[in-house]
Amino acid sequence: MQGSKSDIQKLKSLFSMRTDPGSRYLVVLLAVLIGFFSLVLPGQFFRTANLQSIAFQVPELGLLSIAMMIPLLSGGINLAIIATADLTGILTAFILTRFIPAGAEGAVPVLVIVLALAMGLALSLLVGLLNGWIIAYLGVSPILATLGTMTLIEGINMASTKGYVISGLPEPVLFIGNGVVAGIPMPILVFAATAFLVALVLRRTSLGVSIYMMGSNEKATLFSGIDIRRVILKIYTLSGLLCGVAAIIMISRFNSAKAGYASSYLLVTILAAVLGGVDPFGGFGKMMGLILALLILQVLSSGLNLLGMSAHLTIALWGGILIFVLFVNLLRERLSRIRV
Amino acid sequence: MKVRAARFLKSSEFYLFLVIAGLMALLTVFTEDFFSVENLFDVLMSYSFLGVMAVGLMVVLISGGIDISFTATATVAQYVMATILIRHGGGWWLAFLIPMAIGITLGAVNALLVYSLRVHSIIITIATLNIFYGLLIFLTGGKWIYNFPDWFARGLSLFAFTSSGGKTYSFSLSIMVLVAAVAITGFILNKTAMGRQIYAMGGNPEAAKRMGFNLLRLHLFVYCYMGLLAGTAGLVQAQLVQTVAPNSIVGRELEVVAAVVLGGASLAGGAGTLLGTVLGVALIAIMSNGLTLMGISSYWHQVVIGLIILASVSITAFNRKREERRHAGIEV
Repeated sequence: MQGSKSDIQKLKSLFSMRTDPGSRYLVVLLAVLIGFFSLVLPGQFFRTANLQSIAFQVPELGLLSIAMMIPLLSGGINLAIIATADLTGILTAFILTRFIPAGAEGAVPVLVIVLALAMGLALSLLVGLLNGWIIAYLGVSPILATLGTMTLIEGINMASTKGYVISGLPEPVLFIGNGVVAGIPMPILVFAATAFLVALVLRRTSLGVSIYMMGSNEKATLFSGIDIRRVILKIYTLSGLLCGVAAIIMISRFNSAKAGYASSYLLVTILAAVLGGVDPFGGFGKMMGLILALLILQVLSSGLNLLGMSAHLTIALWGGILIFVLFVNLLRERLSRIRV
Repeated sequence: MKVRAARFLKSSEFYLFLVIAGLMALLTVFTEDFFSVENLFDVLMSYSFLGVMAVGLMVVLISGGIDISFTATATVAQYVMATILIRHGGGWWLAFLIPMAIGITLGAVNALLVYSLRVHSIIITIATLNIFYGLLIFLTGGKWIYNFPDWFARGLSLFAFTSSGGKTYSFSLSIMVLVAAVAITGFILNKTAMGRQIYAMGGNPEAAKRMGFNLLRLHLFVYCYMGLLAGTAGLVQAQLVQTVAPNSIVGRELEVVAAVVLGGASLAGGAGTLLGTVLGVALIAIMSNGLTLMGISSYWHQVVIGLIILASVSITAFNRKREERRHAGIEV
C-alpha cells in the first residue's frame, strides 16, 4: 500500500506543477481561453467533434515540439526537425506504396508495413546521428549545423519526389493516425506514451541530468567528467528518432507524404517550447509545461477557427502570445527580486 | 602591408574567393552562356535584393543578435507601398519613403522587444515574423498586386547600353540600391563610432555596457537599419518582378542567413565583414545560376546549397578547433 502510494507520488512529480511556478500561469491562461471560447461559442466548443479534432491535431505538433525541446534544453537547437520528418515520411510512404504486391493478403503486407516503419525510424535515427556528429565532433554550432542539414534534406525531399505527393497508404497504417481505441484517438496514445518516456529519460536518467547540466553550463559539465560529445550525439539522435515517430503519424493522418509538409511547424515548435517554459538558452523546462503550451496553442487555433477567423490571424496571435508570456516571465522575475 | 596580406590569405573571405573563382572558371568552361554580360547582369539583378537584406542581417549578426523577421518586414513594406502608389499615385520619393519608414518602424518594434524582454533575438524575431506576416495576410486577404503605374514599371537607370544581342542593360534600380547599401554599411561599420560600438557590443555586451555605451540606442540603430534595408529590398524586388505576392519573399530568410554565415559572420556576434557577406551572396547566386545553365533540375539546387553550407561551416569549425588545440594550455 505504502509502496504503491509513493510510486504514484513519483509519477506525479514527473509531471509536477508545484516545482514549476511557470506552469501555473499556463494553466490559468488555458482556463481563461477555454472559458472565453465556451462563452463565445456556446454548445460548439465543447462538442465531441471539436474536442476530438483537437485530440487528433495536438500529437503531430506535440511530437515535433518534443524533438525541438530536447536540444533546446541542452542549449542547442534542431532546425532540421520538419525536414527530417518529411524525409522519413517520404521513405516510409514510398516503401508502403511500392512494395505491397497487389491483392496480397496475410503475412506479406504485414511484413512490408513493419519493414517500412522500421526503415523510416532507422533513417530518422541516422539523420539525428549525423546532426549530432557534426555538432559534437566537428564542433559546428547547432544552429548552423542543423541549418545546413535542413537545407540539404529539404533538397533531397524535393529532388526525390519532384514535388509529387505519394499517396494511398494501406489500411493498417491509416489506423495509426486516424483510429480510435477505447474512445481515445490513436495519435494521442502514441503522443502520451512518447511524452511519458521522454519525461522519464529527462527526469530519471543520467542522460537527462546531463542534458539539463549542459544547458546550464557546458564547461562545468565537461569538467565534472561527463563526455559531452556522447551526450550531444544522444540528444540529436533522440531528436531525430522523435521526428520519425511524428512522420508516421503525419503520413497516416494525411494518407500521403510530400516534400514541404508541415514546414510552417518549425517556428511553431520553438514557440510551443518557449511558451511552455523551456529556456531558449538551455537548462530549464519541463514536459508538463510543453504539453500545456501545446493545448493553449491548439485551443486558440480551433476556437478562432470555429469563430470563422482566418488561420493567419491565429499565426499572428501565436506570436503575440509568445511575446506576452516572455513579458510576464520578465515581470515575475523582477517582482521576485524586489521581494528578496 | 605584409601582415595584412598574410592575414587575408588566412581569412575565410580568401577561401570563399577561391571557391567562387574556381566555380566561375568551371562554369565558363562547361557552359556556353555563363560568362556573358547578359547572364552576369541577370544574376546581379535577380539577387541584389537578397544582397541588400544580407548586408542588413550582417550588421545584426555583428551586434550579437539575429533577425528572422526581415522577410516579413520587406513584404509588409512592399505591400503598403504598392497599395498607396496604385491608389493615390506618387513619385519615386514616395516609393522609397514608404518602405523605408515601415522598415524602420517594424525594426524599432524588434529592437524594443529584444532590448526590454532580454530573450535571445531569434525567439523575439520568430514571434514578430509571425505577427507582421500573419496580420498582413489577415488584413489584406493576401491578394496579389499588379498594375503598377508606368513610371514604376520603367524603373530607374543610369549608363544604359545595348548589348550585341540587342538587349539594353543599365545601372538599374536594384544595382544602385545594392551598391548604396554596401557603401553606406561599410562607412557606418568602419568609419563611425556607432559602427565600432556595434562590433564591441557583439564581442562582449557586458564590457560594452560597462564602457558606458547606450545599449538601447545601439539596439534601436541595428534593428532599424535592418528594417530600413529590408524595406528597401522589398521595393527593389517589387520593381524587379512588377508584382507584389505576399509569399514571394517570406520563407527565404534562412537562405539569407546562410549567405551571411557563409561569408564568415559569426552567430556569436562581434565578427563579420562586408566583403565576406557579398561573397557569400555571390556564391549562392552563382551556384544556382550555374546549375540552371548546366541543365540540372532546379530540384537539386537546394541539395547542392545544403552541401555547400555544411562543408563551409564544418571546415571553419574544424579549423578553429585544431587551432584551439594547438594553443591549448592550462589556464588557471
